[in-house]
Amino acid sequence: MIETVGSTADGDLIINIGPQHPATHGVLHLVVTLHGETIKKVEPHLGYIHRSIEKMCESLTYRQYIYVTSRMDYLSSHINNHACSLIVEKGLQIEVPPRAQVIRVLMDELTRIASHELWWGAMAMDLGAFTPFFHAFREREVINDIMEETCGARLTMNYLLPGGVLDDIHPNFQRKVKDFIKLFKSKIDEYDEMVTGNIIFQSRMKDVGYISAADAISFGCSGPTLRGSGVSCDVRKIYPYEIYDKLDFEEVLESGGDSFARYMVRIREMKQSIRIIEQLIDNIPEGEFQAKTKAVLKLPKGEFYQRVETARGEFGIYIVSEGGTTPYRIKFRSPGFSNLSALDHMARGGKIGDLVAMMGTLDLVIPDIDR
Amino acid sequence: MFLVNYIKEIFGALKSLMVGMRRTLFYFTNHKQIITEQYPDNRATLKLADRFKGEVVMPHDENNEHRCTGCTACELACPNGTIKVVTKFDITPEGKKKKAIDKLVYHLELCTMCNLCITACPSDAIVMAQTFEHSVFDRNQLTKVLNKEGSKIMEGIE
Repeated sequence: MIETVGSTADGDLIINIGPQHPATHGVLHLVVTLHGETIKKVEPHLGYIHRSIEKMCESLTYRQYIYVTSRMDYLSSHINNHACSLIVEKGLQIEVPPRAQVIRVLMDELTRIASHELWWGAMAMDLGAFTPFFHAFREREVINDIMEETCGARLTMNYLLPGGVLDDIHPNFQRKVKDFIKLFKSKIDEYDEMVTGNIIFQSRMKDVGYISAADAISFGCSGPTLRGSGVSCDVRKIYPYEIYDKLDFEEVLESGGDSFARYMVRIREMKQSIRIIEQLIDNIPEGEFQAKTKAVLKLPKGEFYQRVETARGEFGIYIVSEGGTTPYRIKFRSPGFSNLSALDHMARGGKIGDLVAMMGTLDLVIPDIDR
Repeated sequence: MFLVNYIKEIFGALKSLMVGMRRTLFYFTNHKQIITEQYPDNRATLKLADRFKGEVVMPHDENNEHRCTGCTACELACPNGTIKVVTKFDITPEGKKKKAIDKLVYHLELCTMCNLCITACPSDAIVMAQTFEHSVFDRNQLTKVLNKEGSKIMEGIE
């Protein structure tokens, strides 16, 4: 049990942040031990939004369990669905048609941009700037409209099936994505003008929440959090899935290790995602959008693992199959959980006012941590 | 040297603030850029995408006939138990028994709009409607019977 009230023997104060606190972006409960304004310890308290998704998946078939995973990391739900489809395809050796692969990767990258946009707006709002939030949502709205038109939903798309995608892309899809690229390229510089270059923002981000590369690895961080410390860890590069090995994009690395480095990684990643979309949008191959699959999918007996790079880091699925229609045991490796574990290390010795900024740069999605 | 840097920093900081404020001022004065939708005032003109997944409905034609055979494929495909198919046996003119639906009960409050029932349906009897204003005062109103009163299956659908 964590002591959540009173003070310690040394006279340090114990403060609860959350579970109902606007800065934690969800029901995260942080028990902070304070010496004056200095943080001595941060203990995350989990379980407020635990829905036992892993257990639920054990009673769902391999087509049905995909929809549940949208509810974990809801900002990159499409990428979660992608991992679920990939593991079933790997187990059953289903050939995914090239058209479906390209559509999936396009949707992945659009989701990544939408997720980083929301993070950028919320990040600036954590630091007290309110306008960037609306600017971020303005561009994100365009992506959501594209998603709505093609997938039928704005956030929890459920657009993927093992073997392909649910429906062909909408006739307007290519035109709208091209319009979005043009719009986004003109707006991304505004972000730098408004927030990145701002002196208040910079002095609150630089040299705050430092984590070294070795520590970040030992805490199991992944995604932009680890890349901000200068460690190459992009699953799209190291263990390429779908068509990522044929694409030309950079893995974004920053060596600072502080909040500002993690911020810059995400901003630059948005530009790389645009680069990927530009390469693919005119080259969607003709053909089927769905492979022919059996009516009942049964994974062969054995163990399967698949990882993908979500907007937050490495997302992994581990399935133990007994050969039936449902998984025997399923385990998700969510990026948010490991990234949160590094928060204590980052925050120790820092000031309480910077805690929210550090949490913002970790880009936590609480349902992803609790599952 | 320290003093020069100090003053430089102050002017740099002021410049960064001015650059940000210029952008804010641009949007403050430039009303063409406003993109807010005035919902619900724009209800008459608001049109959602054709594929938008709002709720499951069963289309009927002018003779009050639907396409559902009562095969329960949608019920099996649904991950949440949203759909319940209640079947009955009709007597055909030849005197044979024929399976048909009595009621197709749809629980909107459980539905996650995952589209699996639509893809599972072999006779395209159910589709997604583009409605979205689902709030009601009593949750019982969210349990719906999709086939209309007195409806029957279309000719030629097995």
